[in-house]
Amino acid sequence: MDSSSVPAVAPPASAGGATASLPGRRRRKRFSVLTRRDKLTLGLMVGIPAFIHIFLIWLPTIGSIVLSFTSWNGIGGLDKIKFIGFKNYENLFSNYPPFWPAFENNLIWLAVFLFIATPLGMLMAVILDQNIRGTRIYQSVLYMPVVLSLAIVGFIAQLMYSPGMGFINNFLQAVTGDPKWVASGTAIDWLGTPGLNFAAVLVAASWRHVGYIMVLYLAGLKSVDTTLREAAAIDGASARQTFFRVVFPVLAPINVVVLVVTIIESLRAFDIVYIINKGLNGLGLLSVLITNNILGEASLIGFGSAIAVILLLISIGPIIYYLARTMGKEAE
Amino acid sequence: MTATSAAVGAREVVTGKRRRPHYFTHAFLILMSLLWFLPLGWAVYTSLRPYGDTGGNSRGYFSIGGSYNLNNFFNAWSQAELPLHFLQTILVVVPALVLILFFSSMVAVAVSRYSFRLNLAMLMLFTAGNLLPQQVVIVPLFRLYLALPMFAPLSDNGIWYDQLFGIVMIHLAFQLGFCTFVLSNYFKQVPKEINEAALVDGATVWRTYRSVLLPLARPALAALATLEFTWIYNDFFWGILLLRTGDKFPVTSALNNLSGQFFTDNNLLAAGSLIVALPTLIVYFALQKHFVAGLTLGSTKG
Repeated sequence: MDSSSVPAVAPPASAGGATASLPGRRRRKRFSVLTRRDKLTLGLMVGIPAFIHIFLIWLPTIGSIVLSFTSWNGIGGLDKIKFIGFKNYENLFSNYPPFWPAFENNLIWLAVFLFIATPLGMLMAVILDQNIRGTRIYQSVLYMPVVLSLAIVGFIAQLMYSPGMGFINNFLQAVTGDPKWVASGTAIDWLGTPGLNFAAVLVAASWRHVGYIMVLYLAGLKSVDTTLREAAAIDGASARQTFFRVVFPVLAPINVVVLVVTIIESLRAFDIVYIINKGLNGLGLLSVLITNNILGEASLIGFGSAIAVILLLISIGPIIYYLARTMGKEAE
Repeated sequence: MTATSAAVGAREVVTGKRRRPHYFTHAFLILMSLLWFLPLGWAVYTSLRPYGDTGGNSRGYFSIGGSYNLNNFFNAWSQAELPLHFLQTILVVVPALVLILFFSSMVAVAVSRYSFRLNLAMLMLFTAGNLLPQQVVIVPLFRLYLALPMFAPLSDNGIWYDQLFGIVMIHLAFQLGFCTFVLSNYFKQVPKEINEAALVDGATVWRTYRSVLLPLARPALAALATLEFTWIYNDFFWGILLLRTGDKFPVTSALNNLSGQFFTDNNLLAAGSLIVALPTLIVYFALQKHFVAGLTLGSTKG
């Protein structure tokens, strides 16, 4: 409820800065109040953090793009860098077997998050937003995995999936009643079978993602003006109609956040597969390929950068979309 | 008055309609909660049992009986040198947190309280940088860390690579984006008159920031601190990429070197995982309100 009143107060301070010419006089007047020392202070307050951010994030991003057109093994100075055009990309697409499976895995990861984990998180939020008894407890339990690192989630996945000592196989053994079922070799190797292991990892990653989306969405739902729902109820709308026709459209800003969080998290996925088996044997992801090209013995810098640029190209769309949606209205 | 009574009536209609499916809803929620709790519950149960009772030719993991004790925790604590790695975590988390909140609050104040030409562009740059997948920057960043010089107390080998200082810096660079975004949204809600009053009183920009605006942002800073603590504590990637000396690894990154030695003994693995997970779980349960506030400050006010 309070968030809907925020934008009314917010824009003036920033809008003046965005459009350069129109409110110019007002800005000049504002600045004339500030002393020279104040201006210097402001410059440093922004300048130092901005320098750190640009130097360690944007400079390397540009570096990745430039290096992706070069061949360099990292030995010798920068003068050893040779430009070779699109050769790294050609090699990547045609001569590098791990690339397409990793690319495919990233897409599958994204699809599972987008179409299963995220909607499940939203569903849980919608259910728990009603005044259900014990809603706090349910929320806490569902949210608990979110505070764990993905590396720990990888360890816990091991506890569940490990063929000899894991929960699932030991549980199945108890169900079959055969005390030698796990030892007999018929047991399923959840994390060692390509394809199956990726599905298992996705279940573990979703375990964490659902709670994350649930909390984001719950906050959004809380901010929806209750009179809207009441009006819908008076008009005889069913719960489903109220959600899809009234609440969901009002939640457009939070839907954008949820969408972008889901996409970015899918592209960043790394820790969980790396801790399980270093991202080999069917668990390859683009992020793992890039990392291996640095940490591995043969450091192919140009080649690793080319993969990084592919990842950049995929992520740039959602980032621009997010910026346009959240800040676009301020720029107008 | 009539409006509110109508609203109350409507609410009754809504709840009245929903009363029937509540059993089903509860059943579904209980099922989901059990499913969600199972992995952690199983970890706790496994960690309390000696390997001799569960592994090999014993009664197996899915069983009751044998002894229950904390030996796995003591073993994991000492075998994995967890005290050492926890110390490294503290040496990264504390300076990183302080610097992130300090720098991001300065930028947020500057871009949200004072108009100047670049403020929206600046905010976009920071936010976009925060959203980039880390792997996009790592190839040149790794080279940069090998080349950048750093003096003695912050670096024992003269460069940024293999130094906790370097880890602090990359967290700072990345997290500045998120915190600036959240804090600038927060500061935009603070009435502009506060700035004007400070100006009239002859306060400098720095004093206005330090003594007026920063104290006002305390709730947002607390929420961000809780959230950032968890994120930095949970970082796995920067540690394994930018550190080499095993003793310097913060606890989450150290898990990478432990996996081989732990994976042969699930009981030890469970205890180790729980010890490492414990600080974030404690922070979450103790400061749940701040935690959720931190996450949602950034999203709902967009």
